[in-house]
Amino acid sequence: MLNRYPLWKYLLIVAVLLTGLIYSLPNLFPQDPAVQISTQGDSALSQRRVERITQALKDREIPVKGVEKQGDQWLLRLESTDDQLPARDLISDRLGNDATVALNLAEATPGWLEAFNASPMTLGLDLRGGVHFLLEVDMDAALTQRLEVNASAMRELLRDERIRYRNTEINDRSLSLEFTGADDRDTARGLIRREFPDFDYQNDGEGRGARLVMTLTDQKVKEIQDYAVEQNLTTLRNRVNELGVAEPKVQRQGPSRIVVELPGVQDTTAAKRIVGATANLEFRLEARSDTPERETETIAFRNNPQRDATLLRDVIITGDSVSSANQSFDKNGGPQVSIDLDGTGGTLMNRATRSNIGRSMAVVFIEHKSRDRVEEDPETGEKTTVRDTYVERGIISLATIQSAFGNSFRITGLDSTSESSELALLLRSGSLAAPIYFAQERTIGPSLGQKNIDRGLLSVQLGLLLVVAFMLVRYKVFGIFANIALAFNLTLLVAVMSMLGATLTLPGIAGIVLTLGMAVDANVLIFERIREELRNGLSAQQAIHAGYERAFTSIIDANITTLLVAVILFSIGTGPVKGFAVTLSIGILTSMFTALLVSRAMVNLTYGGKPVKKLRI
Amino acid sequence: MKSLTNRHIDFMGRRQWALTLSGIMLLVSIGAMIIQQLNLGLDFTGGTLVEVRYANAPSLDTVRQVLEQNGFQDIAVQTFGATTDVLIRLKQAFDAEVGHNIVALLRDSGASVDLVRAEFVGAQVGDQLRDQSGLGMLVALGVVMLYVAFRFQYKFAIGALLALVHDVIIVIGLFALFGLEFDLTVLAAILAVIGYSLNDTIVVYDRIRETIRTSQITDMGKIINESINATLSRTLATSSTTLLVLLALLFLGGDMIENFAIALLIGIVVGTFSSIYISGALLIPLKLGREDLIPPQKPRDEEEEELP
Repeated sequence: MLNRYPLWKYLLIVAVLLTGLIYSLPNLFPQDPAVQISTQGDSALSQRRVERITQALKDREIPVKGVEKQGDQWLLRLESTDDQLPARDLISDRLGNDATVALNLAEATPGWLEAFNASPMTLGLDLRGGVHFLLEVDMDAALTQRLEVNASAMRELLRDERIRYRNTEINDRSLSLEFTGADDRDTARGLIRREFPDFDYQNDGEGRGARLVMTLTDQKVKEIQDYAVEQNLTTLRNRVNELGVAEPKVQRQGPSRIVVELPGVQDTTAAKRIVGATANLEFRLEARSDTPERETETIAFRNNPQRDATLLRDVIITGDSVSSANQSFDKNGGPQVSIDLDGTGGTLMNRATRSNIGRSMAVVFIEHKSRDRVEEDPETGEKTTVRDTYVERGIISLATIQSAFGNSFRITGLDSTSESSELALLLRSGSLAAPIYFAQERTIGPSLGQKNIDRGLLSVQLGLLLVVAFMLVRYKVFGIFANIALAFNLTLLVAVMSMLGATLTLPGIAGIVLTLGMAVDANVLIFERIREELRNGLSAQQAIHAGYERAFTSIIDANITTLLVAVILFSIGTGPVKGFAVTLSIGILTSMFTALLVSRAMVNLTYGGKPVKKLRI
Repeated sequence: MKSLTNRHIDFMGRRQWALTLSGIMLLVSIGAMIIQQLNLGLDFTGGTLVEVRYANAPSLDTVRQVLEQNGFQDIAVQTFGATTDVLIRLKQAFDAEVGHNIVALLRDSGASVDLVRAEFVGAQVGDQLRDQSGLGMLVALGVVMLYVAFRFQYKFAIGALLALVHDVIIVIGLFALFGLEFDLTVLAAILAVIGYSLNDTIVVYDRIRETIRTSQITDMGKIINESINATLSRTLATSSTTLLVLLALLFLGGDMIENFAIALLIGIVVGTFSSIYISGALLIPLKLGREDLIPPQKPRDEEEEELP
């Protein structure tokens, strides 16, 4: 029998559509602007304290829609986004340092939908406001840093073995040591080789200029760089968590880049200072008057550049060995940071201070910075931007070692409390394994976000309306089928995007609009074919059958090629373009399903198995 | 529109005209790309863009002066959407703090200003993105060509490829000609145009293949003509619905996706033209013959034709 579907096909279609409906529904419930209060450790907020806060908000005429407790966090739902900032300020004033208060958008999905694990699409930054940073990890610096650490360890090894060396030099990815003679070099080579297997060793020159050149193996270089990026990711995650942002995103992008997205953040300067801070500490001994010059370095004081001190090049420990750091005050009320070291850090520190009581130790503050400058090619006049990176070092404090240090001690000599609290935060969240630079930044104000949503919705609605009208006028009864299929297509598209946890961006909305326009294509192809078959003299039933069957290859070929393009778009695209590609790809798949199966089911239900004289198409 | 389906337009007879028109458009486009050059957006050039909203419409000259006095050079100031919204562009990438500095400067000059958005793109990222995008476009064309060669025949693949290159060049050319900003969303639009135009071309090709296999006509021009006429009403119907939603997007979607909508609009118009005229017409100089499709003809693959 022509044009009849077996029951299971109808059931399958109904099942898919119901699922689509359930998972797309949460998007109809707009998210509430909210303030999220999280506390650290055991100082959880009591119900009473939260009630007092809501009362205070009400007194300030900030209506609170609802209060929820989620684990250790409290969520206060507000009526409008304009209330978010004043509410946050008020709450942070009241709670002080005990809690982190962050802006958030809270889902308003009803319970029965949540039971299906259905949740709405997350909105991209362009739709909800916030900051987007693209950070570039300085891979060369990661290598140099590692080589410096190795060089320092090698020098120590050579000193212990009483082998005289003259100079160390670091170049790109190789390290060279100069010796007074080839004999010394050969002994050193044997010694160092045993301890540092990750280098390729090479002799260079003889006699007084004998040098040992050590080049990192390719594999090790890759390892160091990977480690640098991974370590930076962890550190950035810690820092972002300390900032108290709801739903932040910290992701690796490509070999050397990291994306940080902070939705709802409005004070971008502060966010940037914390995220991008490359500050670290170094603990070094002051040089003795008889220390050879090549082992020393003169560094100025941070708060008094006129004053300087000559320090040893060798570093006892860096901020990486800090296990916890807290801001506090010294006897005179000056800001200080109390530091706890981890096991190895403690041992190293203890060993260095024990044998050097009476000498001075300096705490050096290091910051990696970059500056862009424009260079003009004298011949072509072409301008290129060159990034110069430089390191700023300054001594925070220089004090005499009174006794051997243990695992915990304090650093004084800081300028202000904000400096001490920032330093504590940075030491706590870990330092960056390699310096990072801002390669890209986007800040989107919340008002623009709302405007984008409104406009996007409006254009989806109007676009849909126009297409629906067009199809009705052109294909009459079949137009109705196509329109119902189109409505299901939109539902399925939204449902799949929500299920995949895709982020809806402005180009994503554009993708939806475009998909709607193109989605009817498959039905248009089929209907035109049916008309043609009718003209060729086929009966109504045969025409329907032939129309669907013959249009099939065209539809498949055309859609697969478009899908290929969309996939490529996804793989090369970043941020907004990716969003567009995702929508386009899903749209192609869902439109094939609805145009081929759903519209056919409706046609079959209406005409199938009955004598039909004339088709209204 | 029904009359269209009964009318037989002799497309192939007029293909010289269509090819001439395409030739002229291509020349203009390539000329514009060379002489005018593309107005590349921030995404590709690197630089800084700051959008601010004033409480009252400011004088753009004042804004420019304030910034120039404070050492910003090479700045472009324009309104964006409304007279109170001002877009400030700096071709050079300063450090990333610049957005806030600018707002602070403008506030200091006495106006009430809010930051709407600030974007900063480093020069290296821009360069890299430019290379990556060009490569992506080539890969897309290559993969599509392979697919068409596999599903149809290599002459079809060449025809489809040339038609796509034609569309892409004209869209980019018109962007250069009118000095419209070419940013990442426009690139996305162009890739979508590739997809769309290909879709159209494939439908026509599919019909040509079918006609070659089923009819007894030997004149290739006649076969192509018949196939284009048979798919004409579908081509126009789909283009119309797509154009309708794009118009909605253009007028209501907001300034941030205006260029995206423009690129797609141009692309769909050109793509429709090229799939009616160019991709079909190119098969004639490529000497497509019945033997290209018939000899390896297996019995028609029934599974493939069957509906799910």
